[in-house]
Amino acid sequence: MATHLLRRVLGSRSSQILSATSPNPNSVITVARAYSVDTTPIRATLFPGDGIGPEIAESVKKVFTEADVHIDWEEHYVGTEIDPRTQSFLTWESLESVRRNKIGLKGPMATPIGKGHRSLNLTLRKELNLYANVRPCYSLPGYKTRYDNVDLVTIRENTEGEYSGLEHQVVRGVVESLKIITRQASLRVAEYAFHYAKAHGRERVSAIHKANIMQKTDGLFLKCCREVAEKYPEIKYEEVVIDNCCMMLVKNPALFDVLVMPNLYGDIISDLCAGLIGGLGLTPSCNIGEGGIALAEAVHGSAPDIAGKNMANPTALLLSAVTMLRHLELHDKADRIQDAILKTIADGKYRTADLGGSSTTTDFTKAICDHL
Amino acid sequence: MATRRFFPPLRTLITTRSVTYMPRPGDGTPRPVTLIPGDGIVPLVTNAVEQVMEAMHAPVYFEKYEVHGDMKRVPQQVLDSIRKNKVCLKGGLKTPVGGGVNSLNVQLRKELDLYASLVNCFNLPGLPTRHENVDIVVVRENTEGEYSGLEHEVVPGVVESLKVITKFCSERIAKYAFEYAYLNNRKKVTAVHKANIMKLADGLFLESCREVATKYPSIKYNEIIVDNCCMQLVSKPEQFDVMVTPNLYGNLVANTAAGIAGGTGVMPGGNVGAEHAVFEQGASAGNVGKEKITEQKKANPVALLLSSAMMLRHLQFPSFADRLESAVKRVISEGKYRTKDLGGNSTTQEVVDAVIANLD
Repeated sequence: MATHLLRRVLGSRSSQILSATSPNPNSVITVARAYSVDTTPIRATLFPGDGIGPEIAESVKKVFTEADVHIDWEEHYVGTEIDPRTQSFLTWESLESVRRNKIGLKGPMATPIGKGHRSLNLTLRKELNLYANVRPCYSLPGYKTRYDNVDLVTIRENTEGEYSGLEHQVVRGVVESLKIITRQASLRVAEYAFHYAKAHGRERVSAIHKANIMQKTDGLFLKCCREVAEKYPEIKYEEVVIDNCCMMLVKNPALFDVLVMPNLYGDIISDLCAGLIGGLGLTPSCNIGEGGIALAEAVHGSAPDIAGKNMANPTALLLSAVTMLRHLELHDKADRIQDAILKTIADGKYRTADLGGSSTTTDFTKAICDHL
Repeated sequence: MATRRFFPPLRTLITTRSVTYMPRPGDGTPRPVTLIPGDGIVPLVTNAVEQVMEAMHAPVYFEKYEVHGDMKRVPQQVLDSIRKNKVCLKGGLKTPVGGGVNSLNVQLRKELDLYASLVNCFNLPGLPTRHENVDIVVVRENTEGEYSGLEHEVVPGVVESLKVITKFCSERIAKYAFEYAYLNNRKKVTAVHKANIMKLADGLFLESCREVATKYPSIKYNEIIVDNCCMQLVSKPEQFDVMVTPNLYGNLVANTAAGIAGGTGVMPGGNVGAEHAVFEQGASAGNVGKEKITEQKKANPVALLLSSAMMLRHLQFPSFADRLESAVKRVISEGKYRTKDLGGNSTTQEVVDAVIANLD
């Protein structure tokens, strides 16, 4: 455990050194760095979301204020009517806000059931061009699962692949679904994966594929990964077949570092990894879009059954907010908040019901603030 | 030492059989079985099976054929042999990545219409794993879906792959899964899907499963989304019983389940169609191990030995199957002879000798 904490600290250090010495080609960083002066407040969009969303968003705001992170939150809620400009319950103004701020945090949203509108996540993904989903997965010290020493990052291509949405019935009883892999999207996500690995002091990137069966589609994905890998000689690159990857992950998750993969595999593997460390309630997630947009989110559900009862666990949203800070290169603040969260959970005195404790959301939040 | 104390009651538990098996006259006539030793570590392992079969006087004999993963296709005489014998025991064939060669494992399944792949993932007594009470059977559709092999480049830099789901294939795999559950006294069948995204393709699969489920009211039926399924597998695997899946998901689910139950080195499985059955290592047929293991002769024969027990049962030799299975289980629970993947340091031959010594 100590080694992996140390590694994370070293990781963020080395990225600071990197950004200080070498001009980084990636626009993500240049945009972000403009904000990284401590005193000017950063404007960020906040979608508190539904169900337990507002409670855990409140918790994030509180911790950020205590930690002296100056963020000016622009709060947006999901509308009650379909906005014709987005064909969804999300308003155009909300989307504009993220585009303008280039950074956002999103709580769980419940997509209303019914036809004639797009799901909220899909709208965000398409409209903001969120092409990569990044989920750092690490064992929380003190919270025991059947797996320890997990410390990996899954990076999932988010726009194409199996989830292209192109399906049709050929004849009765025969259905085709298209998996699309493009060079452009594959290069883009591979580029981000290597950039991420370098910026966070990671050593190895594994491309996950099934190119022995899908030779052309996954073959193209691999080819793009290899091309990008050549530009990063300091980072080790390897390729792992998806089924073997599943097996290795459950046998010994410590074998992996950064994983980059197409959409469906990413969906499955990232949830599997979340399972390794204790579920979606503890897993942070961040979506990266074109032009340096980053939308951090809690990937768990809105849990309407415990909404308003002050029982929700804000960890996933808090850790997501931490990834947001890291994206803004505010590593000091990010480390401080992350350490406080980890310490609080490790202490075991204040835990919410889902982690086997009996603390309220506010008590848990207060404990984190005390640990800052 | 703890395993030692555990040992005697287990032995009586396994060997006590109250009613004998009454074979038909002539059941002792040896049956021909096609044997494909395969690549890498696998010939070592198939050799282990041959030795054990001979030691226990199992009424089978092998017709051996050399097939290797780098061949363009499966040789005709091999297919003919399997068609004639109906039963085959096969080692893994290496699948080259992106070499323009189709996987022979897949080719064989398609050619013989082995539409169902079955992997049994369970905890072996005495083998410590992260999870207890795992006993999952993954029934995977084997002929279509993502493995249709239909791919093309639309324009440079844009490639399409077709996932094909048909009512016919979905129905027959669902039927097989429920029939399997019924015959093996299993309680629940879980369909794995991603129909929230692939509404038509996986939707059709689910629709077929639901229809078949109505015919088996004694078996519980439920559905789970594939990503959630994998998450549940690593947190609460004991909730699953029989799982029925389209092609790709089955591959992933089976490997995950094999991983949590003790690794692909011990999980038996096979592929079965209306006419033929091919028995092989349950998960990762394409993974033939590293060269180092081959050189050291330390491949784990357990998976294929258990698959052979499945094969003996399939051939209606239940007593031989039981003897083999209990011998293997005894060796594992005794813990003295285990290969490296199970935390030991034994060679393949040492494990085989131990199994032979433990046959009743």
